[in-house]
Amino acid sequence: MGNFSKHMDDFNMSTSKSDQRPLSPHLSVYKWQLHAITSILTRITGNALIVGVILFIGWLLAAATSESHYQIVNGIISSWLGKLVLIGSLWALWYHSLAGIRHLIWDHAVWLDINKSRLLGWFVVFGSFALTFVTILFV
Amino acid sequence: MAFNIIKTGTPHHKAMKFSSMVLVLMIPVFLLTIAPLMGEQREFVLSKLEQPLYALIVAVTFTVGLLHFKSGVQVLIEDYVHGKMTKVWINVTIALSYTLIGLTLFALFKIMI
Repeated sequence: MGNFSKHMDDFNMSTSKSDQRPLSPHLSVYKWQLHAITSILTRITGNALIVGVILFIGWLLAAATSESHYQIVNGIISSWLGKLVLIGSLWALWYHSLAGIRHLIWDHAVWLDINKSRLLGWFVVFGSFALTFVTILFV
Repeated sequence: MAFNIIKTGTPHHKAMKFSSMVLVLMIPVFLLTIAPLMGEQREFVLSKLEQPLYALIVAVTFTVGLLHFKSGVQVLIEDYVHGKMTKVWINVTIALSYTLIGLTLFALFKIMI
């Protein structure tokens, strides 16, 4: 096993740009499906959330430091751009959470058939907007 | 290819499942208790975060969340970056994740003391 993976590394290392051969088209020819879109959105929202995380930690550190620091950061998050980023992060958080629950359900080998998983998919999409709306109202 | 990097597949999957389940519980709690504090007056924010329960919610959510992020980004990097750079980028994100965890805990300690 160890020798095999070392060999794979050499193979990748030796592939120069001129050697790379064309792939058959996929995104440009295949019809868009719910499962494909929900899947990539799960990845995108999960990783984009790091922006919101860094913003929150910056806010937390400012609160811990001094009043003047806090005013600066508070000003940033209260601006229209800051609010936009926060609301976007909130939606991404709900979307990623619901999509994660969908995966946790699948992990139990249930609702994997096309109709049930499609239904779950629509729950994730609509649920994320609904929950974002509800959170903004109450929070 | 994955064998070369993590040298594990099952523990990674288990870690993701466990952290996901913790976060499903912690995120609503966080949104109800901590999120409303953003934009408020500093004295009010500090009076809340001084309390152990609030500080604990932030600490757990962000520690588990950032470890979840670390493992999740690892999958992303393995999918899109090949060759020697894979390990480099994974190490960068590991460093970033732990740094952010450290900063969160540092800020909480500073507020409590």
